[in-house]
Amino acid sequence: MSNQALPRPRFSAPEPEQRPKAALKLETRATPLLHGKVSEVPDVCFGWAMRICGLAVVALLGLIVYQLVVGSQLSWHAFGWKFFWQSDWNPVEDQYGALPFIYGTVVSSLLALVIAVPLSIGVAVFITEMCPVGLRGILSFTTELLAAIPSVVYGLWAIFVLVPILREYVQPFLAKTLGWTTLFSGPPYGIGMLAAGVILAIMVIPIVSSIAREVLAVVPQHQREAVLALGATRWEMIRMGVLRNARAGIMGAIILGLGRALGETMAVTMVIGNRPEIAKSLFAPGYTMASVLANEFTEATGDLYLSALIEIGLALFFVTIVVNAMARLMVWSVTRGQPARGAA
Amino acid sequence: MTALSVLTVALVLLPLFAIFAYLVYKGIGSINLAFLTQTPKPVGEPGGGMANAIAGSMVILGIASLLGVPLGIGAGIFLSEYGRNRYGDLVRFVSDVLNGVPSIVIGIVAYGLVVMRQKHFSALAGGVALAIMMIPTIARTTEQMLLLVPQAIREAAYGLGVSRWRTTLSITLRTATSGVITGVMLAFARVAGETAPLLFTAFGNQYWNWKPDQPTAALSLQIFTYAISPFDEWHKQAWAGALVLIVLIVGAVAAVRIAVKHGTLAGA
Repeated sequence: MSNQALPRPRFSAPEPEQRPKAALKLETRATPLLHGKVSEVPDVCFGWAMRICGLAVVALLGLIVYQLVVGSQLSWHAFGWKFFWQSDWNPVEDQYGALPFIYGTVVSSLLALVIAVPLSIGVAVFITEMCPVGLRGILSFTTELLAAIPSVVYGLWAIFVLVPILREYVQPFLAKTLGWTTLFSGPPYGIGMLAAGVILAIMVIPIVSSIAREVLAVVPQHQREAVLALGATRWEMIRMGVLRNARAGIMGAIILGLGRALGETMAVTMVIGNRPEIAKSLFAPGYTMASVLANEFTEATGDLYLSALIEIGLALFFVTIVVNAMARLMVWSVTRGQPARGAA
Repeated sequence: MTALSVLTVALVLLPLFAIFAYLVYKGIGSINLAFLTQTPKPVGEPGGGMANAIAGSMVILGIASLLGVPLGIGAGIFLSEYGRNRYGDLVRFVSDVLNGVPSIVIGIVAYGLVVMRQKHFSALAGGVALAIMMIPTIARTTEQMLLLVPQAIREAAYGLGVSRWRTTLSITLRTATSGVITGVMLAFARVAGETAPLLFTAFGNQYWNWKPDQPTAALSLQIFTYAISPFDEWHKQAWAGALVLIVLIVGAVAAVRIAVKHGTLAGA
């Protein structure tokens, strides 16, 4: 019995030995399907090719910084920090100070935000809180359509439609009612800081409102219900339950809009008047950092002139990067890493 | 308060309709066969068109797509398939930063990279500038689209013994084709109307030019030049150019979308 019982384990023992053989067979049979031998070389090559593509993105940023820093050396050595505090821009005598452009960029962008922020938040609140569902899709589609129009087309419209309206109706009205503030004084050219602010506002609204909408949409429903349960009206609910909860994200949306307004070139160049002066009145022509680059870069004859322009570009680059990084952190703190829409 | 909200919506929609209405109204009145087939005429002579600018825009955008699309998609593949770590986070952050760089600054960079070396303006320089703007957008959308592809599909491919590169290209990327192409078209539409980076790279040209190393006209540049000119005839052409530009952008995006849905490009 024992002799007969012994072969049994032996009989079952070879099976595990056979399995690898079978597996090997399977693999050899499968190779023709894979068009030849499986080699690690293409895999490794592909992996590195993709890593190089990723690295190229980082290299691009390095290249931008390098180009700007090297290009602005000459002006940096000639003027130092004074470059940003002097308001004298005189290519004939090789005197360059960027203050009028910095002033113009800051004032036109802030003006744009003053106009755009209440409107965009109103639109975002309307779309998320009180809009009939059928209308919601259409509205968000149309506000995003505004973002797809090239900025040169905005500029074209601003020159021929917006500026005449401002000159004929808005500026005389503002001068009459708010003229005492001296913000709205002087001849109404139409073209000037006010026109730049208004066209920037129109361009910034789609960005701010679409991000604000995303932020409002992630405010938990029970926050709304809790405030309503305390007897709040719908408006109080929006103010206390929704807007207060989303304020960091809305702030981020506003700053992203600011980033866009700071770097906007064409539409502003076409309507701001392009005069390097610091004027108190919003009716007066001004100049921005981006538009001085657009207008004078190809005409810059001297090395120092070109270098001063590149230094303005460098300053613009750093300001927009800081502003954008801040905005992204703020939006992220509300949406918790859900991707926020880019500034595109 | 509801009324106030509705009022803000109306105030926002008003300029949108005004812009579109004006564009169509002014543009259609000025478009004719000559506009689409002739080069610009000197001031005072009637007629002339922007045919060379339309062609130039296409050349510049072609160069930009040739440079930007492969690199952008490659960076997107890196981010989703190899970049789930610190290096990936770095690339992700940098591409978000690049997205926010003002386009005129990109123009300066392309000027330094290409124009300074060639000693003259060229379509190539314009293409490089626009490509730099396309890469971060394409990289991030490609990454998001590839991440939507279920892990199980990749594992099924590995289980059949398919190598990793083949899985990524023929399985993952192919599954996400339509999303990736949408991202590419978004980037394309964004740069197609760009003017600022072309001002001192492509520069513009009054005549036909097919050579990529020569100054080239672009539709957006031509609109800008004509819009700020003091001549009525040129203003009309600027409106026509703006209409053609928008129709071309929307047309290109729509054509690719239809091709993705029904045609040869249809993914798995």
